Amino acid sequence: MAERLIIDYSSPGREGYSLPPLEVPDLDMEEQLGKDYLRQDLKFPEVSEVDVVRHYTALSELNYGVDSGIYPLGSCTMKYNPKRNEDIARIEGLANLHPYQDEKDVQGSLKFLFELKQDLAEISGMDEMTLQPASGAHGEFTGLLIIRKYFEDKGIEKSKVIVPDSAHGTNPASATMAGFEIVEIDSNEEGMVDIEKLKEAVDDDVAALMLTNPNTLGIFEKDIQQIADIIHEAGGLLYYDGANLNAVMGYARPGDMDFDVLHLNLHKTFSTPHGGGGPGSGTVGVKEFLKPYLPRPVLDKEDDKYFWDYNRPKSIGKVHGFYGNYGVLIRAYSYIKTLGGRGLKKTTENAVLNANYMKNQLKEEFVLPYEANSLHEFVLSGIKQKEKGGDTLHIAKRLLDYGQYAPTIYFPLVVKEAMMIEPTETENLETLNKFINTLKTISKEVEENPELVKNAPHNTSVRKLDEVKAAREPDLGWQN
Amino acid sequence: MDYVSNTAKEREYMLEEIGVEAIEEIFDSIPKDIRLKRELDVDEGLSELELKRHMKEISEVNNSLEEYTSFLGAGAYDHYIPGIIDHLISRQEFYTAYTPYQAELSQGTLQVIYEYQSMISELTGMDIANASLLDGGSAMAEAVLMAARISRNDKILMSSAIHPSYREVAKTYGDPQGLEFVEIGLDGGTTDLDELENNLDEDTAVIVVQYPNFYGSIEDMKKIKKLKEQYKKVLLLVVANPIALGTLTPPGDFDADIVVGEGQSLGNTLYYGGPYLGYLACKNDRKFIRQMPGRIAGATEDAEGNRGYVLTLQTREQHIRREKATSNMCTNEALNATISTIYMATMGKKGLKEVAEQSFKKAHYLADNIDELEKFEVVNIDNYFHEFWIKTKLPVSKVLAELKEKKILGGLDLAKFKEEKGILLSVTEKRTKEELDEFVQLLEAM
Amino acid sequence: MNIPNDLFYTENHEWISVDGKEAVVGITEHAQEELGDIVFVELPSVEEELDQFEEFGVIESVKAVSDVFMPVSGIIVEVNEDLMDKPELINEDSYGSGWLIKVEVEDKEELEELMDSTDYEAFIEEE
Repeated sequence: MAERLIIDYSSPGREGYSLPPLEVPDLDMEEQLGKDYLRQDLKFPEVSEVDVVRHYTALSELNYGVDSGIYPLGSCTMKYNPKRNEDIARIEGLANLHPYQDEKDVQGSLKFLFELKQDLAEISGMDEMTLQPASGAHGEFTGLLIIRKYFEDKGIEKSKVIVPDSAHGTNPASATMAGFEIVEIDSNEEGMVDIEKLKEAVDDDVAALMLTNPNTLGIFEKDIQQIADIIHEAGGLLYYDGANLNAVMGYARPGDMDFDVLHLNLHKTFSTPHGGGGPGSGTVGVKEFLKPYLPRPVLDKEDDKYFWDYNRPKSIGKVHGFYGNYGVLIRAYSYIKTLGGRGLKKTTENAVLNANYMKNQLKEEFVLPYEANSLHEFVLSGIKQKEKGGDTLHIAKRLLDYGQYAPTIYFPLVVKEAMMIEPTETENLETLNKFINTLKTISKEVEENPELVKNAPHNTSVRKLDEVKAAREPDLGWQN
Repeated sequence: MDYVSNTAKEREYMLEEIGVEAIEEIFDSIPKDIRLKRELDVDEGLSELELKRHMKEISEVNNSLEEYTSFLGAGAYDHYIPGIIDHLISRQEFYTAYTPYQAELSQGTLQVIYEYQSMISELTGMDIANASLLDGGSAMAEAVLMAARISRNDKILMSSAIHPSYREVAKTYGDPQGLEFVEIGLDGGTTDLDELENNLDEDTAVIVVQYPNFYGSIEDMKKIKKLKEQYKKVLLLVVANPIALGTLTPPGDFDADIVVGEGQSLGNTLYYGGPYLGYLACKNDRKFIRQMPGRIAGATEDAEGNRGYVLTLQTREQHIRREKATSNMCTNEALNATISTIYMATMGKKGLKEVAEQSFKKAHYLADNIDELEKFEVVNIDNYFHEFWIKTKLPVSKVLAELKEKKILGGLDLAKFKEEKGILLSVTEKRTKEELDEFVQLLEAM
Repeated sequence: MNIPNDLFYTENHEWISVDGKEAVVGITEHAQEELGDIVFVELPSVEEELDQFEEFGVIESVKAVSDVFMPVSGIIVEVNEDLMDKPELINEDSYGSGWLIKVEVEDKEELEELMDSTDYEAFIEEE
C-alpha cells in the first residue's frame, strides 16, 4: 500500500510550525515590495507536526539502510556508519559555526581539519590535500583542473585524457568537464590495463591517465610502475580514483605508486553515511609540485595559528561556495581517530578476506570471468543463469525478496551480465554465508522456477517498477 | 577500536576455505617494491570515551554562534531549525541508505526526492526540479554550463551583485569550456541594467542575476525580463534565496529559464559551510530537461499498477552517457534535500511566508534605526529584503571588533572580497527586538 | 529476424532504402531489440548536410544510448516528427513507421560500401 504524498495530508489551516513573536513594528508587505514583487500564492502543504512525523516515518519504513543488512555494492564500500560519529557531529561547538566567522573563533575546528589533511595525506602517500570537493566526482573534476592548470602554467599544450574501458562513468565525464578529450583503451584478457595499447595511445597530447588501483574488477594492476613510467616519460600525469582505497590501506599507497593527483571518497573508505545519495566528500591529494594549483583557500598553519590562505595566484579557483562538506569531514576525522593506523590496516585486511571468502564460495555456481587474484571486491557474470532464463537484473531483484540488497549490476562494462560484489570488513561470517546461500538458492530457482525470478521482486513494498513509462511519460512533481 | 566483527577463529576458518595460510598472502598481488614497509604514521586509535573527550575539547576551543548574537549571512543563514527534522533524518533508513538505484527497496528516499522536486518547483515558479546539486555555488556553475549548451553561445553576462564566491566557482567551471564571462557592474545596490543592455548581443548565452542579490537588494526583474526578450536565444538564470521566495514573486513569473540557489536556509545546520545543497529548477521544455545535470526522480507504476518512484531520465547521467553526460554529478546532497523537504513541509504555506516576512520586518527595523545614526549609512536603504549593506566613517574592522567584544557578530566585512567596502548584515526571524535595540545602542555609542 | 532484402545495411545497424535521389534511413529490428524499449530520439535539423558515417542522431532506451550514423552523405530533407511523442514506433515497426530521416543522396556509389541483406544476416550471426 503506497504512502500518500505529503501534499495529500493537507487540510486548509493546519499548521506544523512554531515561530517566536514579531516584536518589532509590523509592515504591510504589499506596500513594501509593491504588487509586482509580492507573491500571490504558495501551494505548499498545510499539515500538522504529527502529520509530518507520521508521513516521513512511514517513508523511512520503505527504505533499506546499512543498519538493515548487507549492502554488497562493488566500489561503493558500504561499511557500517559508526554512531559515535553521529553524536560527535552534533556537538554544538563543532556544528554551529558560520563559515565567515573570524578564524580566531574556529581554531579548534581548523586544527582538526588540518590534522585530517595530514592523516589523509599519510594514508594515501601524498604531500598535500584539499578538503573542498564535495563528492568523488567533484574531486575528479578538481584534480583534472589542477592537471590542466599545471600544463597551462608550463606553457605545454595537452588536450587528451586516457581512461580504461573498465572505468567508472564519472572519470570520462569529469575529464570532459575539465576540457579534455577522452581516449578510451581496452583492457587485456586479464582485465588489466593493456600495456601495448597504452603505449600506442600515449603521445605528446596526453595530459593524464586516470586509473583506480585495484581496478573495478578488484584486481591490482601489478604493472603500475611500468604504467606510471610510460605516462611520465611522455610528459603526462597519473590520476588515481580513490574509490577502491579500502583494498590497500596500510599495505600500499597510491603516492608510492607514483600517482601525482588523487581523490578519496570519505563516504566510502572513511565510513561517512551515504544519506540516500549524499552528502559525500571527495578530498583531493597532490604531490608537492602541484600544490600551487590547489583550489583556494588552502588551510595553512603559522606558529600555532591556523588560517585560510587565499593568496594563491596559481590556484584553479573555487569549486565550492565555502570550504567543502565540513560536517562530513568531522565524521571522517572521528573515524580515523577511532581506528588509528593499525585499525585502518586491519580494516583493509578484513575487507579483502571477506571478499575473497565470498568469491571462493560463489565461483562454482556463477561464472568468474577473471581468474586473477582480487582484493576487496570481485566480479561475477550471470551468463550461465541468463541461458537458463534469469539474467543478472532478475537475480538482483530476487535478492530484494530475501531482504538483502543487490550488488552493483551491469558494471564494469567489460563483463557481460556483471555482478560487482564488495562486502566490506564490517560484515560478519553469518551475514556473508547468508548472502552466499541466498545467491545459490536464487541460481537454483532460475533453473527450477524461472518465472518466480523473472517477476521479482514479490515481497518489497512495490513490485518491479516500469522505468520505460517513467522515461517516456515524465512525471517529476505532483503539480504535473 | 575497529568495526570488524569476525573473531580470529572465524577468520582462520575463512582463510582455510580460501586455501591460504595467512591474510598477507592475498596481498601478494601487490608488487613488493611498492608495498608500504612501515606502519602508517597515524595516531593509535581511541576508545569511544577518549574520542568524545577529545572532540569535546576541540569544540571548547571554538566560539560557536551559541555564544553570540549573529548578523552574519552572505550565503549561509541562521534560521530556526525545527527540532523534528533531526529526529526524522536520524532514522537509519534515511541516512545510512545508498543512492536509490534499486528502486523497489528505496521508495522512501525516492518519494522524498519527488516531494522535494515538487516543492522546489512550486517555490521557484518553475515546472521541474532535480534531486539536488552540491551547493549554491556549483549549482550556479552547472546552470551556466547548461544554459551555454542550450543556447549554443558562450558569452555569459554575470551580475557583480552575485555572491563573489559563486562567481569564482562559475568561472572555474566555465573556463575549460571556453566560456567568456562579462561581469556587469553595480548601480547603487543593484545591477547596472544599462551596462547589461550594452553588453547584450546575439552571442550572449545567458543573463545571470541573484534575487535578492548579494547585498540584499531586489533586482528590477521586469526590466531584465524585457531585456532578455530582445534576443531569442538568450536565457535568464536566476540565483534565488529560497526563504525569500516564501513572500517574493517567484522567478518563474519573470520568465526565468533556470532557477538555482543554495538550499541551506531550508532547515540545514550551518556546519561551517557544508554540507549544504544546491537546487536547480527549469521549464518543462524537452531541450531543458535533457540538458539538466544531476539525478531526477519520477513517478511511475509497478507490475501491479501501484504507484511508485524511480530515478529517471538517467541517460543524461555519467553512469550511462560517460563523456557525453550533462555533468559528472554522481553523489549529490540527498540527505540535505531530505532535511529541506521536511522543513518545507513543516513550515508549510503559512510558515515559510512568516519566516520570510519576520526576517524582512526585523531587518527593516534594524536598518531604519541604523540609518538614523550619524556615523552610519545604509547604502541600499530603499531596496533590500532581509540583508542590507552599511557604510561607515569609522574603520569597519574596529566597529566589528567592538561589537564582538559585546558578543555580537555584526556582519561580514566586505573587504574580504576586495570589491566593495562596508558591512553586509543579515537579520532572520531568530533575532529579538532586544538584540536589535542593543545593536543600535552599541553603534550609537561608537 | 526480419531483414528485408531490398535494403542496404551498415555495421552500426542502420538500414537505408533508396528511391531515385531520395533515401529513407532507420535502424534494424536487431538494433531495436538490443536497445530495448526506446524512450527518446534526437534527430538532426532539416537542411543539415552530413557526410557518410557522420553521426546524425541519438536513440535512447532506459539504460542505454546509441549514436546513429549516416549510411551515405546527403542533405536531410525530412525527419520523423512522430518519434517525438511515440519513440516506441522504432520498436514496433523499425522498417516502416519507425523510420528516422529522409535524405537527398549526393553520391549513390557510396551504397557499394554497405552490406546487402545476406551480408548483414551473416554479420549479425557473427556478433
